[in-house]
Amino acid sequence: MKRFVAPPSKSDQKPESPAPPQSAFSVNNLSVLFSEHAVLKNVSIDIRANSVTAIIGPSGCGKSTFLRALNRMHELSPTARMQGSIILFGQDIYSPKIEPVIVRRRVGMVFQKSNPFPTMSIADNVTVGLRLNGMRDRSTINGRMEESLKMSALWDEVKDRLSAPAVSLSGGQQQRLCIARALAVRPEVLLMDEPASALDPLATAKIEDLIIELKKQFTIVIVTHNMQQAARISDHTAFFYLGELIEYDKTEKIFTNPSKKQTEDYVTGRFG
Amino acid sequence: MTHSYHHWRNAKNAAMQILTLACALAVVTPLALIFFHLLKSGIGALNLEFFTHLPSPVGEVGGGMANAIVGSCELLLLAACLGVPVGVLGGIFLSEYGGSKLNWWIRFVADILNGVPSIIWGIFVYALIVIPAKGFSALAGGVVLGLMIIPLIMRTTEEVLRLVPNGYREAALALGIAQWRVIMQIIVPTALKGIVTGILLALARVAGETAPLLFTAFGNRFWNHHLTDPIAALPLQIFTYAISPYEDWHRQAWAGALVLLLMISMLSVSVRLLTRDRFADGK
Repeated sequence: MKRFVAPPSKSDQKPESPAPPQSAFSVNNLSVLFSEHAVLKNVSIDIRANSVTAIIGPSGCGKSTFLRALNRMHELSPTARMQGSIILFGQDIYSPKIEPVIVRRRVGMVFQKSNPFPTMSIADNVTVGLRLNGMRDRSTINGRMEESLKMSALWDEVKDRLSAPAVSLSGGQQQRLCIARALAVRPEVLLMDEPASALDPLATAKIEDLIIELKKQFTIVIVTHNMQQAARISDHTAFFYLGELIEYDKTEKIFTNPSKKQTEDYVTGRFG
Repeated sequence: MTHSYHHWRNAKNAAMQILTLACALAVVTPLALIFFHLLKSGIGALNLEFFTHLPSPVGEVGGGMANAIVGSCELLLLAACLGVPVGVLGGIFLSEYGGSKLNWWIRFVADILNGVPSIIWGIFVYALIVIPAKGFSALAGGVVLGLMIIPLIMRTTEEVLRLVPNGYREAALALGIAQWRVIMQIIVPTALKGIVTGILLALARVAGETAPLLFTAFGNRFWNHHLTDPIAALPLQIFTYAISPYEDWHRQAWAGALVLLLMISMLSVSVRLLTRDRFADGK
């Protein structure tokens, strides 16, 4: 039986002097094909640790495909094939020596439509990643649950009804619950696939504040079709178009002075 | 649009409504007639003795079908022990694992098996178990009913699992949970009500099977004490009594039929209650 494997520990106290920018993901010539049709073509990108990287681009440009390649989710599709390499903090995540399960514990994911497990309570939902991965110690589990709910700014709203069914929460609360659930296994990276697109502006604002707060501890990669959101919360932005990475730079540069014409056309709304 | 055109349209609408209503009633009517007839013929012989006594010797008035009622329940339990694990796990395979080619063949065979006449199932288990064991037995009866419900439960389990949104599988796998755990501890519990519904419906279907039991359980005038002995069952007892020349036995056969129908109805009603609860909770 698999025992719960903790990711390489980060020290709780951040050093005072700014650490040199570390690369969380080093993607080299990544191509993803579905039934021989290339959805991503030769993407190479370095995602910075402890920052928010936004992936933008029109529909069908391969943003979600790129995101799902980062935690080996494509292995769930029988027709998917992948070329190139992805290095996570120095480790090749597609190496045959590593199991997808281990990768997914280090790289968490939050989906567009919030999906708390309907048969479980709020508390059980948050801790499901720990319990089903073999963790037994009740006090650690409960401690993690409280921490994760506090980290996703949901603790105050639910602390009195932790055993209520998770589906009784509102849409925005459910999404924050899913974020807490993903954080509970202490991943190093959090991937977010349009996490606020189904939420009202108030809930969206809460999620955005959350993301800015979380980047101190985690690396965040967020796919969004909302360019203003990307401009608000991300440090770096990558613009994809038709499966290719067109431009990747600091967010400010992408939105004020992009190098490529295609990027400029997209961010100014001339297409997409 | 002229006035008369409107009238014509309305008339067609009304005619269609009446036609479909008549057909719906036509479905309910036979059941109502059966129930009514059974009640009328059988209620007279329904007394405490019927539920607690063994059949009395041939020709003697009185006695009951206690052993047949218990026997039917026992056979259903045995059938469930065989059919539920195999059917549910088979359904899980079809839904969660397996390639499309293999699954197509399995479903194809399961659908054919669903259509095999029950008497053929009986003859099959007769050759498989009764002849080598040199005797009829409750076990053989449980096996034949269990085999009959496997394709049913497998298909309903698969259908219900497919209804669970894929988002849950993805979210669970994205947490790094192993696939078999995702299936057994998250997906199957989510679909549990539907799976139980499928099981109860399958049991309700085989509860009234007579032909396969003729070759396997065989029937028993007395209590069954060992699984390797023949066992009484309601449909068998009804059959034996109905073709006999005794008036008292005929009345008891009607009562037995009524009890059988009530047992099956109770199974179906609990299915409805189970599924209704889900909607009542609501989000």
